[in-house]
Amino acid sequence: MEILIPIIILGGLGLGFGLVLAIASKKFCVEADPRIEKIFARLPGANCGACGFPGCMGFAEGLIQGSCSVEKCTVSNEEAKEEIAKILGVKIKEEVKKVATLHCFGGNRAKDKYTYQGIKDCVAANLVLGGQKACVYGCLGFGDCLRVCPFDAIKMSEDGLPLIDKDKCKACNKCVEICPKKILSLSPLSGNVFVACSSHDSGKDTKAVCSVGCIACKLCEKICPVDAIHVVDNLVIIDYNKCTSCGKCVEVCPMKTIKKRE
Amino acid sequence: MDVGKILAIAISMVFINNFILSKFLGLCPFLGVSKETKSATSMGLAVIFVMTCSAIITWLLYYFLLIPFNVEYLRTIVFILVIAAFVQFIEMVIRKNSPALYRSLGIYLPLITTNCAVLGVTILNIDNFFPSGQAVKWGFAYSVFQAFFAGIGFLLALILMSGIRERLQFADTPRSMRGVAIAFVVASLMSLAFMGFNGFRF
Repeated sequence: MEILIPIIILGGLGLGFGLVLAIASKKFCVEADPRIEKIFARLPGANCGACGFPGCMGFAEGLIQGSCSVEKCTVSNEEAKEEIAKILGVKIKEEVKKVATLHCFGGNRAKDKYTYQGIKDCVAANLVLGGQKACVYGCLGFGDCLRVCPFDAIKMSEDGLPLIDKDKCKACNKCVEICPKKILSLSPLSGNVFVACSSHDSGKDTKAVCSVGCIACKLCEKICPVDAIHVVDNLVIIDYNKCTSCGKCVEVCPMKTIKKRE
Repeated sequence: MDVGKILAIAISMVFINNFILSKFLGLCPFLGVSKETKSATSMGLAVIFVMTCSAIITWLLYYFLLIPFNVEYLRTIVFILVIAAFVQFIEMVIRKNSPALYRSLGIYLPLITTNCAVLGVTILNIDNFFPSGQAVKWGFAYSVFQAFFAGIGFLLALILMSGIRERLQFADTPRSMRGVAIAFVVASLMSLAFMGFNGFRF
């Protein structure tokens, strides 16, 4: 009999609180906007945070409140965006599709200045005298970017360089942020030439450590018909607002530093 | 009711036996919500409210239910039940009646459910004001005051910590010490400082 008293007391209390909470949840229930659920179902659900909101649910709420627009989601495809725009009753603006681009083609072609034996991690390696590569600007090749990619769009090539799948890449900016060398960037997919080097060293110094680095010879600058290419601080910069992707610079580049996207 | 006793409780709970810095209870919100003074203040106020109300409910339950049926050993599980259910209930009420308050407090309320400081204060009340199983005179009022001032102590620690951490943002901390690491160092230094109050005797 004695065992029954605590059982009854605890069970009774639990039941009592349960009932109170059940009644309260009915009485104090707050109607959530049904559009939030609908929009959330059409978002990719990767919670990558590229929009600046905490996850897709936060983005859906932001859309309802009108504090952002559908284009902020770089991940979802055009159909999904149109459906969401329809739910919200707004028109979507066309946005330039971007893709993560690696501005380095060194990899195994670039020389090492010492043998790095620490953790196989770019951020860690970068703490030791700026990494093991003789080129202080170049890719360290430990693949922090492919580990951080939520869409599995980055693979390691045999050259020891990350290869970005432009179809899988959703331009979420995660790899750009993690790279300790800051050699990844989001460039417009329409301009399909890009500079595969980040070295600001002089031509002679670059050549000494890497066989494919930009030597700032300015041949591309001279041949460009639309004045889109300039050599600034020993490195080629392409102005995508002017570039017509004619490909003349790709042909003329002696180091094959300027490349065409396949 | 003895005013001197209440004063003693107040000083004891805020400084000498500060729940965070001397008893090391409720450390998760202490480190989690102390990045900005504003949210730290809201959290602290929410904790004061929940602590005081749970102290009232648990004292009544203990006095009118657990003692008469001789099942004092159930206190921990019953108190956890009370606190969890109560916080849930409060959350619903606030959500319905004051969306603005819910938005500023909303995420902290579920945090309080699992806050050991709240359970700590209710257990401490029972230990202090039911010596040898009998309620002391004015024990109910004392326990409510004790819970209230424990909440004040919690708020104080949270505000002090958030003030320090806001300034730390601009300090040139070594890279490996940034973020939570330096926060732990600060917390332990503050704790050492608060242990200096141990010299007070009432």
